[in-house]
Formats: sequence, structure tokens, C-alpha cells
Amino acid sequence: MLLIHCPYCDETLPELEFAYAGEAHIARPADPSKLSDEEWRDFLFIRTNPKGVHFERWRHINGCGRFFNAVRETVGDKFLSTYEAGEPRPDVATLTGEAK
Amino acid sequence: MNAMTPTIAAGATVTELAPTTRIVLRLADPGGVGIALGVPLSERIGSRATNGARSALCLGPDEWLIEAPETEAATLGAMIADLAARTAISAVEVSDREITWRIEGPAVLELLAAGCPRNLAGMPVGEGARTIFDSVQIVLTREAEDRFHLTVWRSFAPHVRAILDLALRELASGL
Ligand SMILES: [Zn+2]
Repeated sequence: MLLIHCPYCDETLPELEFAYAGEAHIARPADPSKLSDEEWRDFLFIRTNPKGVHFERWRHINGCGRFFNAVRETVGDKFLSTYEAGEPRPDVATLTGEAK
Repeated sequence: MNAMTPTIAAGATVTELAPTTRIVLRLADPGGVGIALGVPLSERIGSRATNGARSALCLGPDEWLIEAPETEAATLGAMIADLAARTAISAVEVSDREITWRIEGPAVLELLAAGCPRNLAGMPVGEGARTIFDSVQIVLTREAEDRFHLTVWRSFAPHVRAILDLALRELASGL
């Protein structure tokens, strides 16, 4: 079982307490009626789906109840970091140890 | 794990507790609200403050579970109504939605591990958490080294109880 660190509880807890909630940092358009059908489709359905580092939302649903963001490496399924909702994306090079 | 030791064979017991008053309180700024309710609202998730028989367990960044004896329901309700007139809060009485079991004994950690994936050995006495027991959401509090309270929605209780009873039989048979 994966262990996930909840930034609100500040505890590393079993995966079973958490629910995945899709890609992170996707802002809902302020005025959807101004969007073309293609732009609205992209907002609703088109995701980056990377093989590698992925920014994604999780919810500590069987715990504190809060949504937060995580950086997960999708090949090895390793969580590089988690952070509170609303915070900017952390620097990936720092997380993966590739920064000089 | 020493599965065959006599302490495990001695097992654990599960006892349903008497009805109690439970209120789920949600608000953004807990400062000062605790005074109005007669029990402090701790802001660290998992910590619980008590005052006499009244307690407030912090379940989330803006959520507390208030517990009090059944006889205090009217008093507490009046306090909350008074508070709601002055502050933006959400208070939902869930007394009858849930039941609480006292689970105690030398094998209490082994018993709870039958359904709960948390490392409960690391939960300090006097604290608690909302967590999961075999797909059912529960609230656990640690009342003593070898005693927990497990609170579960009434309709899920038979499922949880069946797993606990099965695990008790396994413990008793030395498995
Ligand atoms: Zn949490």
C-alpha cells in the first residue's frame, strides 16, 4: 500500500484514506460562455497524462476531508511531494534531486 | 508479531456505549468559539480538548466533533444557537446517526488492524482521527494505551461488528 503525506494533517497515512481527484492546476474558465466548443472541450476533457512527473489532486476523504495537491511520478508510482491546495507548483528539479 | 503469546489469547472486548450527544461543528475561525461552548477547540487535526464530560475532537482544518452526555443536549443546543446568532458556523447534530463501541484489551491494536490500515500504535492517548475500517468511515479515539472508542454510522455498524467478531475469534484461537 502507498503511504501519502497529508499536508493538512501533517501525517503520512495509508492510501486507503485518500481518493484521487484528477489533474491539478486546472482553473475553471471565468466566463465559460465566451469559450468556443473546442476550448470548452479542452477544459473538460483534455489532460496532459504524462509518463513521468504528474501534478494531481487528492482528497483526504477518510480523514480531514481536505483536497490537496501531489506530485507523483507515474512510472514508479512514487509521491515526490504533497502541498496544500492553492499553493504554486513546486519545482520538479528540486524534488527529483536533479537541481545542481 | 508474537501471535501466540498469552496476551493475545486474552484478546479484547467490544462494548456498545450509551447514547451520547454528538455535534459536527464547522467554522473558519475557532478562536473564542471554544469559550462559548465550554470546551476549547484545538486547531491541530487529531487533537482533542476536554472539559468535564464534554470534548471537542479536531477532525479537519475547519471541523470538530463535539461530544457531550445525552443530558447536556438541550444546554449545548442553546449555546450553539446563541453562537450562531453572532458567528458564521455550521452545526449539525448527529447523535443518533452513529454509535460508539469501547474496544479494549491487550490485543486491541491487533483487533483494530483487522480493518484499519492506520498505524494506531502511533496514536497518542487522548487523541483521535477520522479514518477507515474496511471501506467504512469511522472515528477512532484512543482513551488509554489499551482502550479505543470506535464511532461508526449506525447503518454500517453490523458490517464493522461482523469483522470485529470474526477477528476476535481468530485472536482467541491463536491465529
Ligand atoms: Zn488530512
